[in-house]
Amino acid sequence: MTQDPNAETQVQPTEVGANAAEAGERQLTAEASDAYGTHEVGIDNLDFAAVAEHGHAASELDPDAPAVLTVDNLKMYFPVKSSGVVRRTIGHVQAVDGISFEVPKGGSIGLVGESGCGKSTTGRLITRLYKPTGGSMMFADQDLAKLSNSEMKPLRRDVQMIFQDPYTSLNPRHTVGTIVGAPLEVHKIVPKNKVLPRVQELLEVVGLNPEHYNRYPNEFSGGQRQRIGIARALTLNPKLLVADEPVSALDVSIQAQVINLLQDIQAEFEVAFLFIAHDLAIVRHFCPEIAVMYLGKIVEIGDRDTIYNHPHHPYTQALLSAVPDVKQAAVGGRRERIRLEGDVPSPINPPSGCRFRTRCQFAQEICAKVEPPLLQIGKRHKAACHFAGELGAHPATPVTTQLLGVDDQGSPVPGATPTNTQLTIPGYEKTWYDLKTKQTTGA
Amino acid sequence: MTSIPMTQSSAAETSEVEGPFLQVEDLKVTFPTEDGPITAVSGLSYSVEKGKTLGIVGESGSGKSVSSMAVMGLHDAKSARISGSIRVGGTEVVGLGESRMRALRGNSMAMIFQDALAALHPFYKIGAQLEEAYLVHHSSASKRDARRKAIEMLDRVGIPQPDRRVDDFPHQFSGGMRQRAMIAMGLINDPSLLIADEPTTALDVTVQAQILDLLQDLQREFNSAVIIITHDLGVIAEMADDVLVMYAGRCVEYGSTKEILVAPEMPYTWGLLSSVPDVTASTDARLIPIPGNPPSLLRPPTGCPFHPRCVHSDKVPGDLCRTTLPELLPATSGPAHLKRCHLADPLKVYRTEVLPEIAPDLVEETR
Amino acid sequence: MFAYVVKRLISGVLVVTLVSMAIFLLFWYGPSSPAQPICDRETSNRCTQAKLAVYEKTLGYDNPVYEEYGKFVKGIFIDRTLTIASSEYECTAPCLGVSFRTKQPVKEELISRMPATFSIAIGGAFLYLLFGVPIGVAAARRRGSVADKALVSSFLFISSIPYYLFALLTWLYLTITFEIPLFSDTGYFSPISEGPWKWFSGLLLAWVALGIFGCTQYTRFTRGAMVEALSEDYIRTAKSKGLPARTIVYKHGLRAALVPVVTIFGIDFGTLLAGTIFTERIFEIQGIGWWSLEAVYGKDLPVVMATALFSAVVLITANLLVDIVYSILDPRVRLS
Repeated sequence: MTQDPNAETQVQPTEVGANAAEAGERQLTAEASDAYGTHEVGIDNLDFAAVAEHGHAASELDPDAPAVLTVDNLKMYFPVKSSGVVRRTIGHVQAVDGISFEVPKGGSIGLVGESGCGKSTTGRLITRLYKPTGGSMMFADQDLAKLSNSEMKPLRRDVQMIFQDPYTSLNPRHTVGTIVGAPLEVHKIVPKNKVLPRVQELLEVVGLNPEHYNRYPNEFSGGQRQRIGIARALTLNPKLLVADEPVSALDVSIQAQVINLLQDIQAEFEVAFLFIAHDLAIVRHFCPEIAVMYLGKIVEIGDRDTIYNHPHHPYTQALLSAVPDVKQAAVGGRRERIRLEGDVPSPINPPSGCRFRTRCQFAQEICAKVEPPLLQIGKRHKAACHFAGELGAHPATPVTTQLLGVDDQGSPVPGATPTNTQLTIPGYEKTWYDLKTKQTTGA
Repeated sequence: MTSIPMTQSSAAETSEVEGPFLQVEDLKVTFPTEDGPITAVSGLSYSVEKGKTLGIVGESGSGKSVSSMAVMGLHDAKSARISGSIRVGGTEVVGLGESRMRALRGNSMAMIFQDALAALHPFYKIGAQLEEAYLVHHSSASKRDARRKAIEMLDRVGIPQPDRRVDDFPHQFSGGMRQRAMIAMGLINDPSLLIADEPTTALDVTVQAQILDLLQDLQREFNSAVIIITHDLGVIAEMADDVLVMYAGRCVEYGSTKEILVAPEMPYTWGLLSSVPDVTASTDARLIPIPGNPPSLLRPPTGCPFHPRCVHSDKVPGDLCRTTLPELLPATSGPAHLKRCHLADPLKVYRTEVLPEIAPDLVEETR
Repeated sequence: MFAYVVKRLISGVLVVTLVSMAIFLLFWYGPSSPAQPICDRETSNRCTQAKLAVYEKTLGYDNPVYEEYGKFVKGIFIDRTLTIASSEYECTAPCLGVSFRTKQPVKEELISRMPATFSIAIGGAFLYLLFGVPIGVAAARRRGSVADKALVSSFLFISSIPYYLFALLTWLYLTITFEIPLFSDTGYFSPISEGPWKWFSGLLLAWVALGIFGCTQYTRFTRGAMVEALSEDYIRTAKSKGLPARTIVYKHGLRAALVPVVTIFGIDFGTLLAGTIFTERIFEIQGIGWWSLEAVYGKDLPVVMATALFSAVVLITANLLVDIVYSILDPRVRLS
């Protein structure tokens, strides 16, 4: 790409930087996105203020947004076959085991957890690369979990996916124009002669030179390929994007470019994100709401401030304390951290009761006997722990006994009636269970 | 194992008198290609003392791995031209004969790699690979000694039931355990210098924390000099005493970790700090990317290699950034902090312009 | 592992059955009657429709095809008596029939031809590996050098010549043009029991032709696999441990590179054992390949059937052995 004298005229028909009101700023944005595209460009007047303007603070939560996707008790069990002449199913990998959450319209929810926790499987279930074993996924009054592949086809327009690896997710034998335009032709949305203008518009939106539609993926760098992947996902104006580790394969300086682009796209097209990543800092920046997964289950879900500043589940606390912090440079040495021993247990034969108990320093008898429900304990906060509490303030006795009708050791109390309403709904109730008073309260 | 740290620490005292264990001066690594020579590392100088950790930061192609592999003598003599000086424990290794180099490699210096699954041989048992590393530098030791040593090292790096796991193949280990085994193999001959190339990049955060803890414990025990190569500034902040920031094969900033991460004076370092979100940062902080892509090493930019991506070059008079490579000069705080930038008062630019955008909560503290 | 082998054997039996059915049907519904050649031969090319009908009747070609196929399968397990025209032939189980041309039991003839073919195969395959692997390793270690480039392009040249042409040229130049005495005995297979030198000198030229041609391919396989193995991360690890170059190349590099080479070799060796048609034809060695070619010319159904089944069995066995060896060489592979 050379220094483009037509930058201004090109930018006119599109909506790049629609949030930048003034014409001058509009041109600036185009230049900036040009600069992100390739390194050959000579940038003359790129000053810090302009670039900083393009940078974004963390995304904000709209608590009143309706849900675009409601996932309820979603399950995915992969069969494990025996070896032998006759292959019998001898067990199941419980990759996802009964998770519930909502993705708000135009908002984003982050799924975090370590490898094997089921976060990527969840993404693949929602895009229906797998058919779930159980549960429902309500999207536009349809249950994605129940639809057949042919019934799914029209809905695939609305639910798109961005993949982790920009090197293997693009067909090397197709031009960028073909890759980005293919969904338009498959779904026959626009007449054939309108495909190219739309492709060029999309390339511009993601900060690539629209003239490059006839190039091949190998002519682009990793960051640019990820932009192509994003353009392809945007082609059909989806309502929900599932982004599975969208930046973890990229260089650090490129990661921020892509995250900013995704934020721009979210603001401009009102698309909702299910953002799956292992990098807790990036998820914190991109998602106002976060669900923490461990061994196929959501252990804690809540808004950003609650999860990152007041986590109540021991696993969330351990996970957060493990993240190395740049600010530690001012102090020197390592941060105080909660050490988790050993590895994550096998999802084929997960521990009874609470799945985290084998590595949890607070685990007691009840944790092995009774699975803790994902209990709403704040306005926008749920945690699945018998001893839920802030770090250093975990209660000595289980908080869930009344609700579950068990005693402190987890044995059923005769005659007790468990009050497990509201325990598994995907969204949040107006009232919640207060940990201090052990009563249901509300705002 | 109990007696070894004692001898190690006494050895360390003598070498401290002699100076740093590893001293790199004006290192240049060039790879001839059909399109012309690629200069992957140029004019690089640094030193690491025993018991200290140097962090090397940079993006892909910055030369951080290439320079460390030059220290280990891992480049193919036919495809790499190396000049300058690398002294390991007083021995000059640039131009050193292969047999003498081999005696150092894996013995007084060792390297552990990012992807332990690929870096361990898939066809040999973990134990056999550790034993091999021991036996090659202990010709008088028996196979039984080597096996005992392998089990002892696996135990030391926290692998449960080491006497059984020693007979496992790498693919039977989990990711974290493989990295532990890799570390055990690196440390089996008590090296004085350990180079860890992205040791935790492929691992989950809790496993990463375990491995970093382990590396720190072992360093304390063996009093070795450690180089950690990473792109994660958080890892640098918690592990390194000194930091070397590399860009396009050159050192662009070098100093103590606190200096570099609290009072950086090079726009590329600012860019790294501003393009990575932090788990504890204020949510008002902006994520400001570095524009463009890392440069081509075949045709590096003229002048300052960072100038095509630099958003502060407008503050430097004239064409200086474009035409002249800035020297690596002492920063505001003194000669212990070096930076390569033409800006007249970079610290002021950082504190008044950059910091309010990327860490508004820190502005007050640093004043 | 055991279950895997059982499963593979079952599918192997299935394949052999299908092969035998296919050949049976092809001959049965071929352009001329299967009895035609035998009738021609017995009557000195004065075969009339009436005579043909007699042969067809004694051979059972007037019966339905499945019935005859059933008899053939039964003969594998139980002794049977075959009738051709007025003569009767005893055929012991496993009965593969009686050759239409020689009237000999096919099984015995097959066994008698095995030593020649096996001698060629073992010698040729030995040369494949003896030269192919070391040259490939050496080329991989010096990849990009002038010697490597010269070697790769000349070997590519050799392997792009059709094998029969290559074998003919070898024969022509070594025995006729240069009259090298060492090769003059070619064409007369004598079993090793009748003196190793006679056995060796008779086969030498065939081995040379087969060996040179095959080793060029093995050099290229080995070189490719070795280049790939030497660029793996674990080679860098081995180097960083301070191991000597020899250990790195052979213990770490070649060990990994051999896996694909062994895989290809297993299949190739199976193919050789099943009969080397060109080699046997050109060097006049009367092994299984030569025999099967003659049988096709002479429309000798029982022999064609036997050689086809034999090669199917050999190849299936070779495939199975390759898989088992593979799982031993690479501990990550589990057979299931």
